[in-house]
Amino acid sequence: MIRKLAKSIREYKLPSILTLIFIIGEVIIECLIPFMTADLVNRIKGGDDIGSVVRTGLILIAMAILSLCCGGIAGFTCAKASAGFAKNLRHDVFSRIQTYSFTNIDKFSSSSLVTRLTTDISNTQMAYMMIIRTAVRSPFMFIFAVIMAFMMGGSLAMTFVIVIPVLVFGLLLISRYAMPAFRRVFKKYDRLNESIEENVRGMRVVKGFSREEHEKEKFNTAANDICADFTNSEMIVACNTPIMQFCMYFNMVFILIVGSQLTITHMGKVIDVGQISAMLTYGMQILMSLMMLSMIYVMLTMSAESMKRICEVLDETPTLNDPAQPVTQVSDGSISFSDVNFKYYEGAERYALSDIDLEIDSGMTVGIIGGTGVGKSSLVQLIPRLYDVNTGSIKVGGIDVRDYSIEALRGSVAMVLQKNLLFSGTIKENLRWGNENATDEEITEACKLAQAHEFISAFPDGYDTYIEQGGTNVSGGQKQRLCIARALLKNPKILILDDSTSAVDTRTDSLIRRGFKEYIPETTKIIIAQRISSVEDADLIIVMDGGKIVSKGTHSQLIESSSIYREIYEQQTKGGDEE
Amino acid sequence: MSGPGRKPMGPPRKINFGMLKRVLKMLYSYYPVLLPLTAFCIIFSAATSAVPAIFQQQVIADIQIWYTTGDWEGASKVIIPKILILVGLYAVSIVSVTLYTQLMAYITQGFLNKMRCAMFDKMQDLPIKYFDTRKHGDIMSHYTNDIDTLRQLVSQALPSVLQTSVIVVCVLGIMLYYSFWMTLLVLLGVVLMFTVSKNVGGGSAKYFMRQQAAMGKTEGYIQEMMNGQKVVKVFCHEEKCQEDFDTINEQLFEDSFKAHAFANCLGPIVMNIGNILYVIIATVGGVLLLSNVPNLGISTLIAGGFGVITIDIVIPFLNMTKQFTSNINQFSQQINSIAMALAGAERIFSLMDSEKEEDKGYVTLVDCTVDEAGNITESDHHTGMWAWKHPHSDGTLTYTRLKGHVVLDDVDFGYTEEKTVLHNITLYAEPGQKVAFVGATGAGKTTITNLINRFYDIADGKIRYDGININKIKKSDLRRSLGLVLQETNLFTGTVMDNIRYGNLGASDEECINAAKLAGADDFITRLPDGYNTLLTGNGSNLSQGQRQLISIARAAVADPPVMILDEATSSIDTRTEAIVQKGMDALMKGRTVFVIAHRLSTVKNSDVIMVLEAGRIIERGSHDSLIAEKGKYYQLYTGAFELE
Repeated sequence: MIRKLAKSIREYKLPSILTLIFIIGEVIIECLIPFMTADLVNRIKGGDDIGSVVRTGLILIAMAILSLCCGGIAGFTCAKASAGFAKNLRHDVFSRIQTYSFTNIDKFSSSSLVTRLTTDISNTQMAYMMIIRTAVRSPFMFIFAVIMAFMMGGSLAMTFVIVIPVLVFGLLLISRYAMPAFRRVFKKYDRLNESIEENVRGMRVVKGFSREEHEKEKFNTAANDICADFTNSEMIVACNTPIMQFCMYFNMVFILIVGSQLTITHMGKVIDVGQISAMLTYGMQILMSLMMLSMIYVMLTMSAESMKRICEVLDETPTLNDPAQPVTQVSDGSISFSDVNFKYYEGAERYALSDIDLEIDSGMTVGIIGGTGVGKSSLVQLIPRLYDVNTGSIKVGGIDVRDYSIEALRGSVAMVLQKNLLFSGTIKENLRWGNENATDEEITEACKLAQAHEFISAFPDGYDTYIEQGGTNVSGGQKQRLCIARALLKNPKILILDDSTSAVDTRTDSLIRRGFKEYIPETTKIIIAQRISSVEDADLIIVMDGGKIVSKGTHSQLIESSSIYREIYEQQTKGGDEE
Repeated sequence: MSGPGRKPMGPPRKINFGMLKRVLKMLYSYYPVLLPLTAFCIIFSAATSAVPAIFQQQVIADIQIWYTTGDWEGASKVIIPKILILVGLYAVSIVSVTLYTQLMAYITQGFLNKMRCAMFDKMQDLPIKYFDTRKHGDIMSHYTNDIDTLRQLVSQALPSVLQTSVIVVCVLGIMLYYSFWMTLLVLLGVVLMFTVSKNVGGGSAKYFMRQQAAMGKTEGYIQEMMNGQKVVKVFCHEEKCQEDFDTINEQLFEDSFKAHAFANCLGPIVMNIGNILYVIIATVGGVLLLSNVPNLGISTLIAGGFGVITIDIVIPFLNMTKQFTSNINQFSQQINSIAMALAGAERIFSLMDSEKEEDKGYVTLVDCTVDEAGNITESDHHTGMWAWKHPHSDGTLTYTRLKGHVVLDDVDFGYTEEKTVLHNITLYAEPGQKVAFVGATGAGKTTITNLINRFYDIADGKIRYDGININKIKKSDLRRSLGLVLQETNLFTGTVMDNIRYGNLGASDEECINAAKLAGADDFITRLPDGYNTLLTGNGSNLSQGQRQLISIARAAVADPPVMILDEATSSIDTRTEAIVQKGMDALMKGRTVFVIAHRLSTVKNSDVIMVLEAGRIIERGSHDSLIAEKGKYYQLYTGAFELE
């Protein structure tokens, strides 16, 4: 996992390594400073002349400045390395998502992808910063201080032989109990927050049924349960401080007792006062670095979840790829399905589509009718190869869709999705998604055809009207017409409208269809609709049920032959006032 | 304790003392005994960790004196007692530290839990308006981000500030005890440290703010693109998106890099100023030592006048300098986190201080029995019949049968005072009648139903329910008598059975199943893997839209209310499925007063009265046939000449 993520460090390897080097420098100086200060103290104590005291002082100041420089530079390079790593990681994850097929996209919810790209990467950035700053610093500091302590303190250093195992054992014991407890309680905590969100979203239902008290009770029970768990885990972790303090104090007392006895009995020949002071400082450094190490461990285990989630995105392999020698030209808009079976997941029990055989000539208008979940959208999504068939084949322009380059295929097959979206930006910018180089005339023309020109012109800013995120400032019908215009700008050989005029009134709907017939007769038009009136005049109408094509024919044929079609028709025209 | 990265980073802000006082007061009210005890332990442990330094130094000074003699026997008589005092102090310190860290863990989690529950309880009592005027994410962040800043405050910042300030005061006292001059020098150094860290910290704060803004922008872009990923694919727009993203990403990198660079540098800078200060103190001390400058300190004042600086003063002073600067440092670091936590607390309190949904109703809904003469008697058990219990000012009680007769009389309403969205709405719904509202989005259809169940209160006019002004009816009882099925189905985590029972908590399993049968939901539920015990999560994401809607209809059915409000209940279902749902709906509507809002006119055709709304006014009313005959707006809508959305 770590190796996978580390690939994204790339050009920030240099600042990362520099950080390590400068931190090592800083640590060395930091460890030497107590040494020098002990010297300074001895000089002052020994009553040396001011000159030598000042000299030692100046050396110390120089060391402090050097340490400051090292620390400062390390802080700088470290910030660069970690921010850069996060940037690359975001880039990699985003570009990986761009390669996803619909199957891949279905697997992750969009909100989970957003979290992965934001919070999770920020967590990883912080962890990385922590690692390159402290993960080197602490062990280094530890080793250095231990060496110095043994060199200076001699037998006094024996205290560490006692203290370090106690501390390590204590910290390990705590993290062993606390970590799994925390992981459990965080899962519960997430669920609690989900239930709050559910409550906020469903407030009308809660209030509508006067269930406020019931909700309070439910929440209090869940919250108290979590609180008990949290308190338990926190209390375990809280033992860290006393254990640490115990070791620190033990250390001091040991050094003072043994040190004073050694010093006095040997008249300062084995150990002197300065050394005792230095030992106290090193003791602190050793314990501190151990404490830091345990914090890194906690931090890493906590961000491991984030890293795992990022890796999931990076590991997801796109299920659709261009063939080795792709065809780049779609000759015409004919479509043929032969023996197509399709399901969304390998493990799915039922096929979403089965036994589909269908021939559509170039330039035809085809209507598809049927209830929700019968496979209408699935059928058309196979044409621009948004999904791959499980068995059978689909040919566009006489060539299997899997032999085209995806770009060429989708360039010729324009599809207006059922769940459609406009992006924040002006109307013109949105329309240019269809064709980046479209001239103003071409845009106007497409909008006229989609019956959108009229209302766009009525906006004060016309085609430069800014569309809010999600297209919230245009009505549903307007949004649908803009989406159609956007698809038309592609100048497609095949145009697919997946329930794209449901919010458009019937008159405009029929004007759009009339326009299609007149201005883009060459283009194959496939229209999925709820309203019979939207498909009535199609050359071919397909009735679907249960993932199969149950009937095909023209309106008049189907009224005769298909009971489902007749049923839908009658239901919609009951009262007989339909035009 | 919380997961990494949950801590929101922000610029340092001014400390809001009023808010701090309020949080402390609250803490105190929850833990009147434990909180002072904890504070006492913290102060005690801080003091015991500041004082030993003196004994330590004295021991070292003693060694200094005795080591030339080599007489451990003699020395131990002086040194050992001091070390024993030290051990005693340490023991006390460890005990108090253990006590306060455990107490703190207990108090922090308990406090957070109480805050969470208090917030949630309060939230349930807030009017719908609160939720309609805020983003759900913003409300949620009170429970996640803001609570988290409080955790930081209570568990870390406050104890740490208390602890460091006690130590600082102790150390300052000891330093003054020894020497005024040298104390002054240390203080000067501290001022320098503050200035530098303020400047560097200020730069960092500026970039953190920018980082936050860049992060927001990136998040916005990512959100939009992740939602529109399929559109991106259909238009082969991947490369363009990547380009745009890289630009935004680069900006985020720049700001994040600078913010962290400043923040990272702060540590070494402050630490080394501390080091330099140490050297300066040592050198100056040495100079003072050699030049015999008269010393002034509390100790010399007690002794009466000036003294001399000795090695016994300089050495402990050096250590105290270290202690002093490192504690000052810690203190200043906490200031930022306190300011941030108080900003979070402010947001939490703004929720807690929001005005509750007002309810002055006193008419309640009770079970009743009706004798042959039509006299209504209140009953203490479920009878299947309900009555409004109406206490009057003269102390008498009257009972009115619950029938479902709803009258709106010249009602005006606006969500804000400036803009009236409903004008002069008058309508009569007889018990058992089906009243439909049609009209474009924003015409005010949903608003009318919002008024009947008093999600919002009317500005002018009257609404009467069985002849009683609804303002007099207790809100919970009013709503209990109104069934609600909304376009947006909201199911809760739990089994299918739990979700149906939500409509009537006292319903037996059998009643729930009957309601499901009535709604036409039984068929698909029994085919689910665990039937009625199937667990629903994420708003029933494992069900189709139609199935979710059927469950919400069953939920309304089990409540068995005399009045139903169906707000676009079937508009997200296709016509064919709707035909199936419609059967359940028809069964549900039988014998009830029903308000239907529908986008699809086929759904409302068989209503007794259809109201056509435009811009907050009823412009046409009548039955389907009469409205068609009128050839007005309804006719145009029906024939599809106008868009509804």
